[in-house]
Parts: sequence; C-alpha cells; structure tokens
Amino acid sequence: MTPRFDCIIVGGGHNGLVTAAYLARAGRKTLVLERRPLVGGAAVTEEIFPGFKFSVFSYVVSLLRPEIIRELELPRHGLQILPLESTVVPLDNGDYLGSWADPDQTRRELARHSPRDAEAATLFGRLMHHMAMAVRPILSMVPPDPTSLAPSDLRGMLKFAGHFRSLGAERFHALYKLMTMSSADYLDEWFEFDPLKATKSASGIIGTFLGPRSPGTAYVLLHHYMGEIDGAFRAWGFQKGGTGAISETIARAARANGVEIRTGAAVERVLVRNGRATGVALESGEEIPASIVVSGLDPRRTFLELVEPAQLPEDVVAGIRRFKFRGSSGKVNLALSELPNFTCLPGIGPQHRGAFSISPSLEYLERAYDDAKYGEFSRNPYMDIVIPSMIDPGMAPPGKHVMSIFVQYAPHNLTGGWTDARREAFGDAVVNTLTRYAPNLKGAILGRQVLTPLDIERTTGLTEGNIFAGELALHQLFFLRPVAGWADYRTPIEGYWQCGAGTHPGGGIMGASGRLAALEILGKRGG
Amino acid sequence: MLKTTPFHSRTAPLVQGQAWRRWAGHAVASAYELVHDREYAAIRNSAALLDVSPLYKYLISGPDASRLLDRMVTRDITKCRIGQVVYTTWCDRHGKVIDDGTISRLGDALYRMTSAEPNLRWLTLNGAGMDVQIEEISSRLGALALQGPLSRDILQQVSPADCSSLRYFRLVETTIRGVPVTVSRTGYTGDLGYEIWVDADRAVTVWDALIEAGTPYGITPAGIWALDMARIEAGLIMLDVDYHSSHHALIEAQKSSPLELGLEWTVPEEKGPYNGRSMLRAERARGPAWRFMGLAVDWVSLEGLYARAGLPPQLPTAAWRTSAPVYRDGGQIGYASSGCWSPLLKQYLALAHLRAPHFAPGTNVRMEVTVEHQRLQAEARVVELPFFNPERKRS
Repeated sequence: MTPRFDCIIVGGGHNGLVTAAYLARAGRKTLVLERRPLVGGAAVTEEIFPGFKFSVFSYVVSLLRPEIIRELELPRHGLQILPLESTVVPLDNGDYLGSWADPDQTRRELARHSPRDAEAATLFGRLMHHMAMAVRPILSMVPPDPTSLAPSDLRGMLKFAGHFRSLGAERFHALYKLMTMSSADYLDEWFEFDPLKATKSASGIIGTFLGPRSPGTAYVLLHHYMGEIDGAFRAWGFQKGGTGAISETIARAARANGVEIRTGAAVERVLVRNGRATGVALESGEEIPASIVVSGLDPRRTFLELVEPAQLPEDVVAGIRRFKFRGSSGKVNLALSELPNFTCLPGIGPQHRGAFSISPSLEYLERAYDDAKYGEFSRNPYMDIVIPSMIDPGMAPPGKHVMSIFVQYAPHNLTGGWTDARREAFGDAVVNTLTRYAPNLKGAILGRQVLTPLDIERTTGLTEGNIFAGELALHQLFFLRPVAGWADYRTPIEGYWQCGAGTHPGGGIMGASGRLAALEILGKRGG
Repeated sequence: MLKTTPFHSRTAPLVQGQAWRRWAGHAVASAYELVHDREYAAIRNSAALLDVSPLYKYLISGPDASRLLDRMVTRDITKCRIGQVVYTTWCDRHGKVIDDGTISRLGDALYRMTSAEPNLRWLTLNGAGMDVQIEEISSRLGALALQGPLSRDILQQVSPADCSSLRYFRLVETTIRGVPVTVSRTGYTGDLGYEIWVDADRAVTVWDALIEAGTPYGITPAGIWALDMARIEAGLIMLDVDYHSSHHALIEAQKSSPLELGLEWTVPEEKGPYNGRSMLRAERARGPAWRFMGLAVDWVSLEGLYARAGLPPQLPTAAWRTSAPVYRDGGQIGYASSGCWSPLLKQYLALAHLRAPHFAPGTNVRMEVTVEHQRLQAEARVVELPFFNPERKRS
C-alpha cells in the first residue's frame, strides 16, 4: 500500500505551516499534525474571557519574511497587518518619552529630553540601516557548515565571506562591535539620555536570560531596524484578529495548496527503521507512514523526545542537551472595562494605539535582571504593553479593551518552583508596577490571565517556556543553531528534518526557518 | 479663499499637518494625522469617515426626469427603481466620456445625480423641450462617506432604519439624531460602506453622532490620501487623473470611451437612444483600441532595480498621479495614470491604459520607474480590476 502522505509535519506552529505550504506547493502530499485543538503554536488567538480575544503568547508581527507573504499569497488568505505606530515610556519623574509615527514629532520629543540625542538618533539610524541591510540576506540563507568541504557548504561560505567583504572596513568593524558588545555599552557610544538607551536596549534582552549590560545583546537591536527596512512593505505591526489570525492565514494558504491539517493529533514519536524516518506514531496509537518527517518542535523535543537519543550520534545528543532554553519571560493578558489613564500623559489619545514600554532606566532593567539571576521574578519588571482592541476593535466588546503585557524577567527555574500562588504573586507584581503609572488600571480589570514560562511550556510545548524555541544568543545562531553540523535543517536520521524556530534564523513570527527547511527538503537551497 | 464644506468646523481642528487638498473649489483634508497610514487602515479594518461634500449634486424632477437621464447617460435609467442607485458614465455624441457619477432615484419622478464636474449646462441642454426641473444642490447638501467593515455596525447605532438589510446600491431615507438623512450603500473604496446625504445646515449633528457612536468601533476621520489608495485597490477611475472629460480634452487622444475605461458594463447592448449610442455600438463591435487595466508590479524585479543602486525599494506612502509609460517588446504600449503600494495586498499596484492587443490579463509588460534619478523599467503583469473585491462589499 502506498502511503497517503509524502511528508508529515509534526507541530502546527507557524513555521510548520509554512514548511507544509511550500512542500505542498511543490506537489508533495503533506499532513500537519497538531497536538492542540487549534493551529499556531505560540501564535494563537483565544477568547480567554467571553467577548475578549487575546494573542495569548506572541503578540506582534515583526519580521515575517516578505518573500513568504508573496510566495504563499498570504494577503489573499487573510493577512492584514495594521499599523502599531508609537511607543510611550513613562519615566520615574512623572514625564514620558514618546516615539511617534511622524519623524519630526519623534525628533522634537527626543530633543525635549536631549537635543544631542535627537541629532545622534538620525546618524545612529543610518548606521543601523546599513547594519540591517548587511545582515538581512543572512535571514534568507541556509547556514553553511564552515568546517565542511562539501560544495554546497563551500559555496555558502564563499557567499557569506563575499557578502561581508562587500561591506567595507568601517561597516564591518561596526558590525563586529554590534555582534559582541552589550546593548548598554553599544548605546552608550551614541546616546546620553538614559531612558532612551533603556528602551532601545530592551529589544536586545527580549526572550533571553541576559540583561542590557550582558555582552552579546547589542546585535538584537538590529532586529528593530530590519523590521524598519521591511516596514516599507508594512510587515511590522498588529495582525487583524491577533497573531492566531496569521497562523490561520498560513494554514489557509497551506490548505489551498493541498495540505491536510489534523488538530488534536499529538505525535508520540517518529518511526525510524535502519536509520531512516518511516512515519510517525500518534499518542492514540495510530501510525502514519511517510518518507519525510519534519519536526516543527524545539530542538530538545526534536532530537531527544520524538526520537530515541540512542539513534543519534553522541556529540549531537550532547550538543542538544547543552542547547540553552532558559525561558525568561511571562505574559499577563487583561480584559479591561476602560482604558488605562497614564499619569505621564493623561487622557485618552493616540498613545493608546501604540505600545507602552516600562523601561524607565538601564538600572531599572538591570535590576529586573538581578532578581532573575538569583531565581526570582522581577519585582519591578520590564514590560512591553499593547492594547490590541484600540487597533482592531474586534478584539473586545465595543467600549471594552484587551491589554497584552509582555513581562520580563520571569525565570523558568524559579527558586522553589512555580505554584499557583507564585503565579498570582507574579501577576500582582505586574499589575502593581503598572498601576503606579496608570492608577485606574487595577479597578478596570475584568479578567486576568497570568502566564509563567512554565505555563508557556505546558500549553505550547516550548521547552522551559523559551519564546524563541531556544535562546537567541550568539553561540546558538546561524551554523550553531541548534547544533554544529546540523544547522541545515537535516538531522542525523535520514528523512527526518527540522523546521522550527530552534533552527536558523530563529524566533519571532518570521517564518524563515519554515521556508528554508522546505526549500532544503526540496533540494532548492535558498539564496 | 477656497470654499469650505458643511463639516469644516469639525474637520478643520483635526487636520494636524495643515494638509489640505483642493476638490471642486473646496478645501478638504488630505490627511488628518501627520502620517495617514491609520486613516487608510481604517477603511479596510474598522470604519473611516470621509467628507465627500464637494461632489456636484443635482436634483432632477418632473414627468420627464427619467426620460432626460436615460437620454443623457449610458446606463438604462428606465430600469432604475425607487430607492435604487446606479453608477454610470455619460458621453458626448462621439461616445467619449464627459463625466461619471451616481444617479439615485428618490421618487417616482425625482432623481439626485452626483458628478465630479459641473453638469448643469449639459443637463439643461439635454433636457431642452422636456417637462423637467433641474436644480443644483451642491452647496445645500453635505455628504459623508462611512466606509469599512464596521460601517454597518456604526450605522445601526445611530439610525432607526434597518440599515443592515440595505442592499448594495440601494438607499433609505432615515434620521440620525433627529436629522433627516438619505443613506445609500455606495462609496469610492470598494468596501462595505455607506454615503450619508444631509442638509448642510444640520450636517455637523450627523458628524458628531457618527463619531460618538463610532468611537468604540474604531471610527477614524480619513482624508483624500487614504481614499486615493483605497480607490486604486478597488480599481475605480478618477476624472482628471485617470481620464479627461471629453468636454475639456484639447485633442482627441485625451478622450476615452467607457469601453476603453473598462466600463463596458455601464453600456447596455439593448437600450433606446442616448448620447453616443451608435458610436459605442460600432466600437463594441470592432473592439476598443484601449483598455483600462490593473498592473501588478513584480516585486523581485523592482527590488533588483533598487539593489543595483544599493537601496531597499523606496516607494511613496501615498498614491501617485503621474503618467508612467508602459512597454512591451521594447515599444510603448500604454501608460499608467495612478498607482500606489497597497499595504493590504502587499503589492505595488498601478492603473494603466493599454493599447490593444496588449491588455489581456496575464500579459507581461514593463512599467517605467525612476530609481535614483534613473529611468528604469520594472516587470509587471496585466490583471483584471478590481485588485481588491471583498465579499462584504455586496453581502
């Protein structure tokens, strides 16, 4: 009997769906198996309280690759990204720092705090533009193995080296600094206004177990500017209907190409015979044969749980065991009866249609990290807050609101472990901190969902609740993601592939891992 | 000084960047906010409120009202029922378009017509000898367009009439906060939407009521820049941008027939005498020499042109209204007359006049683009209009 499917994707996260869509587009009969009742992984929209919808985990779209939008015709299937234009940072002295959609307005606002920084910001922006342009092609490149003499790896390394040669000395040196320094040190070279540095550096610590003064955090600053380049194509913002709607969009594109998606179908293990993947076994006992099995799960589950470690070389097993997850962030989702009124910028205004960042100083962030280093959640955490109902009114009943609060730090390995009481204490710390800036918040809460890294792990399956399926740290990037020698989406088991964010280029709703994996499976190494 | 619209006291304080546009001698907002992205997004995401009062408006009444309009325009007005609205073009006797607009049948012998240009003289000429009254009501009547997926929900909050059952291109007489209004399910965005017609004296009451009721639904005042992007996505032509009135054209080449503009559906095959009928019949039989089509610019090609200059693609955030030559096999086969980056469709779009036989959908052509002061050509594909046509527009 011939198998019904050529390819099986384990896990219906957005990368798995992207891989499936590309494989089906190339004529492969493809099945996606998702454990949960809905697809999306960490990009899901759920109605947690009646009438109130939340992007439960991942909450904004930043680097969704334009080529995926185009090739899978995502706009036709429901992609609709709405502008998320501003960021307001409440300061400890009662003032605020704002950045707005209009560049003149932003410059004037920054000049209010530091005329020098307002000028530096333009030059900094230009340098970062060049850095982002330099790094951007790497996002669409299968990592070559620098120690391999295989023609495809040599070609890849040549391309990689040629690319960096073309930057010229000045930009190469700037890039080197960016790749090695801490975001705080890097920003110190440019700016004087501390809340500005704090807010910019916050993007460098998201999803890592590092602080703004930890070396290696500066390069994540680039992500923001990469988003700005692609922002010309408006791939930066808020998906109508929440991040779950992105997953559904990709799922629709996949189905349109012939993909079959089964939810509520948990895969127990990948079937391997004579070093070759032959299909999967579900928890229900059902076995489904296929010559290609692709795991969209994180590296630990892909290498150590779906297959027997004994089926893999020891060094690979050891490498994956050392791969760092260290979930460091949590999420608080609030249903609100009214909008928060921030004392730094009173009233209801355009600020409510953008983000609020609780990052008043570098010291504030570093101290938040200090708590986490010693196994505690931050008593005064960094928060990135959006009010999706202000952008898409469909997220909440008319006149009511939903608030999404990304919180860092909340260590997965909390001293004494996470309990219900500790979770609520964490939620209280978040609400109490925020209420200092918006006093009406506490009284406006109709419903509260608190998610610790443990909750993230239990619901999505992301090991240790790391939102990027493995820390985005320099030693876990490019040809080292997830492990040396296996960064090209293959595994040591023939016919068994990986496509999740634990592979290059990694986390965020980018889809690049999923696309590159599919191209590699199809033998069309991406350029 | 330019004239202002009946909503000026409400719109003027909202225009943050003093970005005004002239429209039929009036000042209307180009954009209210400093960046118009959100105004555009509202049209496709929630609801946008647009001041479209500068449209020319005429009341045509009397026993011969139907006869006059039917003789003047291309659509068959004898089939227009009370409470119905038709979009139509009207032509000179050579079958070249003078203007386009809507005709609403308000009563047995009562119509309201909108147009982009003054048409009082043309109506009067066509009505010579008929028992008909023609009255220009442009400045007496304010007009708002409420456009977007949540426009119906908002209207439900303010109007006692059952707007949810109002069909596409139908109208209803109702009140908003006690003020009599006509609500028609029409618009210039290609989305679910309504236009609200109200006496100028009481117009601001309607604006206030809509803003108040619409705020929980994300209602957003939107200017012409946002509208221009939406109408390009919807493939809707604009006079003086995409075509010229045959009454203003200085040379024959500046004139267009409805068939050339892709509006053959406004020219019935069977209809009594009307201006331009015989020319249009003949043109239909031989096939139009031009056709107005969509162009989808190939992004990879465009990115390549910019990459050669060391840049990511730089596109204007607003729609452009200049002429861009279109080529095929090395020769010019037409020109694009407006275009924009569509944030919704994630495509660079243009509206173009293409010469036969180069307008078949799927034809690969090249459109001129200027990259760092160099005139280059990007690959593009000819597509049917509209680019965007959501189910909710008619449902």
